[in-house]
Amino acid sequence: MRGAKSAKWVAIAGVVALTATACGGGDDDKGSGKVDPKGIVSYANGEPQNLLQPSNTMEAYGSVVIDALFTGLVHYDKQGNITYENAESVTPDKTNKVWTVKLKPGWKFHDNTPVNAKSYVDAWNWAADPANGQQNSAWYRDIVGYDDVHPEKGKAKKKAMSGLKVVDENTFTITLKNGIPYYQYKLVYKPFFPLPAAALKDPKKYGEAPVGNGPYKFAKWDRKKLISVRTWPGYKGEDKPKNGGIDFKAYTKDTAAYADLKSDNVDTMPIVPNSELANFKNDFGDRAIVSDYSALNTVNFAFYTPQWKKTDIKVLQGLSMAIDRDTIAKTVFYGTRESATGWVAKGVKGYQDDACGKFCKFDPKGAKDLIKAGGGVPGNKIQIQYNADQPHKDWVVAVCNSITKATGVKCTGDAVTDFAADTEIRDQKKVKSMYRSGWVLDYPFNGNFLADLYGTGVDGNKGGFSDKKFDELTAEADKAKTIDESAELYQKAEKELVNSFPGIPLWYNKTLSAYSNNVKKIEFDQAGDPVLSDVEVFEK
Amino acid sequence: MPDLTKTPAVDEPEVVLAEAQAGGKVLDGGEANGARSLWSDAWRDLRRRPLFIISSALILVVLLMAAFPGLFTSADPASGDLTKHFLGEPKLAHFFQEDWFGYDRQGRSIYARTVFGVRNSVMVGVGVTLLVTLFGGLVGMLAGYFGGFWDSLLSRITDVFFGIPFLLGAMVVLNAFTNRNVWVITGALAFLGWTQIARVMRGAVITTKHADYVMAAKALGAGTKRILFRHVLPNAVAPVIVVATIALGTYIVAESTLSYLGLGFGDDAISWGADISDATNDIRNNPHTLIFPAGMLSLTVLAFIMLGDAVREALDPKLR
Amino acid sequence: MGRYVARRLLQMIPVFIGTTLLIFLMVNALPGDPVKALWGDKPPDPAQVAQIKHDRGLDLPLWEQYLHYMKGLFQGDFGKTIAGNRPILDEITQAFPVSMRLAAMAWTFELVVGITLGVIAGIRRGRIIDTTVTMFTLLVISIPIFVFGRGLQLVFGNELGWVKPTVQDSENLEQLILPALVLGLVGLAYVARLTRTSIKENRSADYIRTAVAKGLPRRRIVSRHLLRNSLIPVVTYLGTDIGALMGGAVITEGIFNVTGVGNLLFQGIARREGAVIVGVVTVLVLVYLLASLLVDLLYAVLDPRIRYA
Repeated sequence: MRGAKSAKWVAIAGVVALTATACGGGDDDKGSGKVDPKGIVSYANGEPQNLLQPSNTMEAYGSVVIDALFTGLVHYDKQGNITYENAESVTPDKTNKVWTVKLKPGWKFHDNTPVNAKSYVDAWNWAADPANGQQNSAWYRDIVGYDDVHPEKGKAKKKAMSGLKVVDENTFTITLKNGIPYYQYKLVYKPFFPLPAAALKDPKKYGEAPVGNGPYKFAKWDRKKLISVRTWPGYKGEDKPKNGGIDFKAYTKDTAAYADLKSDNVDTMPIVPNSELANFKNDFGDRAIVSDYSALNTVNFAFYTPQWKKTDIKVLQGLSMAIDRDTIAKTVFYGTRESATGWVAKGVKGYQDDACGKFCKFDPKGAKDLIKAGGGVPGNKIQIQYNADQPHKDWVVAVCNSITKATGVKCTGDAVTDFAADTEIRDQKKVKSMYRSGWVLDYPFNGNFLADLYGTGVDGNKGGFSDKKFDELTAEADKAKTIDESAELYQKAEKELVNSFPGIPLWYNKTLSAYSNNVKKIEFDQAGDPVLSDVEVFEK
Repeated sequence: MPDLTKTPAVDEPEVVLAEAQAGGKVLDGGEANGARSLWSDAWRDLRRRPLFIISSALILVVLLMAAFPGLFTSADPASGDLTKHFLGEPKLAHFFQEDWFGYDRQGRSIYARTVFGVRNSVMVGVGVTLLVTLFGGLVGMLAGYFGGFWDSLLSRITDVFFGIPFLLGAMVVLNAFTNRNVWVITGALAFLGWTQIARVMRGAVITTKHADYVMAAKALGAGTKRILFRHVLPNAVAPVIVVATIALGTYIVAESTLSYLGLGFGDDAISWGADISDATNDIRNNPHTLIFPAGMLSLTVLAFIMLGDAVREALDPKLR
Repeated sequence: MGRYVARRLLQMIPVFIGTTLLIFLMVNALPGDPVKALWGDKPPDPAQVAQIKHDRGLDLPLWEQYLHYMKGLFQGDFGKTIAGNRPILDEITQAFPVSMRLAAMAWTFELVVGITLGVIAGIRRGRIIDTTVTMFTLLVISIPIFVFGRGLQLVFGNELGWVKPTVQDSENLEQLILPALVLGLVGLAYVARLTRTSIKENRSADYIRTAVAKGLPRRRIVSRHLLRNSLIPVVTYLGTDIGALMGGAVITEGIFNVTGVGNLLFQGIARREGAVIVGVVTVLVLVYLLASLLVDLLYAVLDPRIRYA
């Protein structure tokens, strides 16, 4: 099985974070201030959920700090291609089963111990052991021997995964249970970061004051207020910071962060609050940031309910056609989202335009006819479940209105207090009719949006969707020799979804943010994270 | 409970006690007769108070709106037209027309939503008030009348509920429900809010039960039930009515505060609370989305509190 | 006096146990598994879920959990958070001072402004100033607090720029002024109303007539006789409000980004951190119980007729 759901979910507040090509406002017209290479950038973050351990961090607040402190083997560029960071090369064998990782020599941790093959292999083995309580341990499950270290139940039978072998100081190999042509994309993710040997002996101490190999060195963690990191002069990577450090300020409300950003008390924030969508471009002018972000909003069917179990696909297609995506994007989202035309988000390898075709275009008459031809919606009434702790209500109501107006099908939102309760209802398969869903890339590959969400029985498939033909096509794509070939086969699988319609694609997200007058410019990367190392701070 | 209006907090209990005492004095000399004179005195006094007349008129309109919203508007409050998204400013001269108050984010008529939102708010207000008065009143009466062990037990139970921060309690209780309709919200608010009435009732009953006419009834061999419901209750109920009327308004505010926390009505209901809390998002650009529902809410709450004030002053000879 | 206090303290024990038990049961009835929630929308790892549950004692029957909790409490152990495995006592000792500062400011505000307005309105009964104060208090009570909070933040923080829109440093009292004002506004209205009604009632009391007849100066009558006797209901209110101001500021704290008790509770509920919620409520209940005891003792000071045996 694959890497499961969205790489990051946000702990509490209505903040979503992730990738996209930055196209922030052009500036440089200030010219007034001189850049201070020792200036500190501040970022409106929140309190991380766990200790700052890479293999124990998946929510956005911890992730952004870990990213400043650690550098992994590989990353990807705006086209979704792999770039090498601490790794010199990552190469598969012919079957995509055995991957050889070569490290760039001479890298050090902040405590001046060397970063070598052992730093990776030991850290992964440590994190895979359930006794060490690392939440991301499931990411190692493709590796041979994972089940010995991390059995379904009970204690580890072995201390090390047999699939990991240190070859020499700077080389190690990863042996997978099955060939995965795009495995290097998974290595981008945090559980595959290295740890210094000392951290494995006293994880708590190193979790509170982490020692990494990244561009910034940990300075202090003032709980629920501030995490400070400072530029580390010994950094060997190419993304050397252009500033003196970062202050991650903890906020509990995005509206509070926005108010501070406006008055230059903080330099940028993950995403502007819903209430300021209409204003942020006016408020910040050329300091407003709108960049693509590989995330997709959908409304999915709970196929296990009597309502959708036997309902004709035409009805599902008709409902999709009844939604006026463009108008809602223009009004409710103030033009900050883009209507979706398929089941894969933009900015990932294998994205194709218009996979959904006419069924994702607004056509009230066609919608009505299709639904009628399919025998109508059972009960003539649908509900869309969403979590009320994030700003979903406005668009859910608008989608419902659009459906009701076009087809006469009664539609209401079904608000669940918060994300925890929402997830539980979905997990227990108790959704009454339909549910809203959002997917942020784990890795920039179209398969992540397809097989991981709509494959029969996979974790991400909460609606109980099952399409034999789609399963066959994805299995074929997974056996492909190269990434490109695999992506192409996945495109075929995506096209097949038109005939089984697991969910209604709605919009592609954007990262919407802004930066303060204190800095020259801030860009957000593909995953919706700010590229803080590139920020230049003006002299005070 | 700074954030959630003071629904359950002690709303002037001592003052109310003084009223009960005053009432007791007036009643000296004969139960049925006395009760009539207290209430008729009050009524005569009330009729002359402008505060009472205005608030009663407002409440009548609100109740009418809650019962027959269709009388006030023909627009559909639920159906939105995104082409009218925040369309235009309110048309203040278009009395009772769809665009009187302008349109909201979804292009729905704010006027129609304000009219149709009355029902849920008023139902919560009235429902919670009825429940807390019945239950709190019963607990307070039993504790006050029987005293001793029962008083200790009931008073401690009251303290337990009183000790839970109201907003926190409501958050926990309402989080347990995914289907939050008028019954659930009413029940949750009443579950946490009955203590105030219980305390007031207990105090009033304790004062009343020592009154001469109760003693006399006892001496004449009247049964407990008869004494309680014929003699004690009618005379102790005045302060409860006063507190309940004022609390009614605060329950309506409480519902909107819960909506702000995402714990108000579900999406299939139209409620002021939900609309007001949604509108705080548009406060900068489209304050009209906030002003009208919030204004109506305030006006309704004001009407109930003013009514309570008027009744209090009418019932308390010292304030007259 | 000593016996009275002892009796009151004894009475607090069942109330304390009852309140904590009630909140404990309520929190446990919430839907959503806090341990699984750590994984967000990812599939949780069963081995680790079991491990964390065992570690925090969440795999025990409910009654045993409660006993365990109370036992720990008497040794000063509030347990550990599910997310992050932090001692809950740390979270509490971090949040309470913040809330205490905010609550103290709001409370002072209620006390000073509320009583002043109430006295003025009560003495000048029926005049314009009385009507104005009454209307002001009614208005405050009838407007939801979040409307005030967002409105004042927008006007004074963003548009006028007189204050910082949010609290940057919770130890800087100047930054706490606006949130404290919002937090104390409703209480202020209640204090003013209480004082006004109470003063109005006592104005015609016999002892005031006597004082007037004796020819005492007006100022002395108001401050020594009228006010002192009229303050009993106000003191009751202010006493029980301390705890409420500390624990009930969820909305104010959210709007102004104050990381106090309200925020801790809110996050605790969202993350289903039962032990955090119960721990905070435990402290709040203690504050409330002690405050109401103090209030009762204060009665004796205010009204010489009241004596505790």
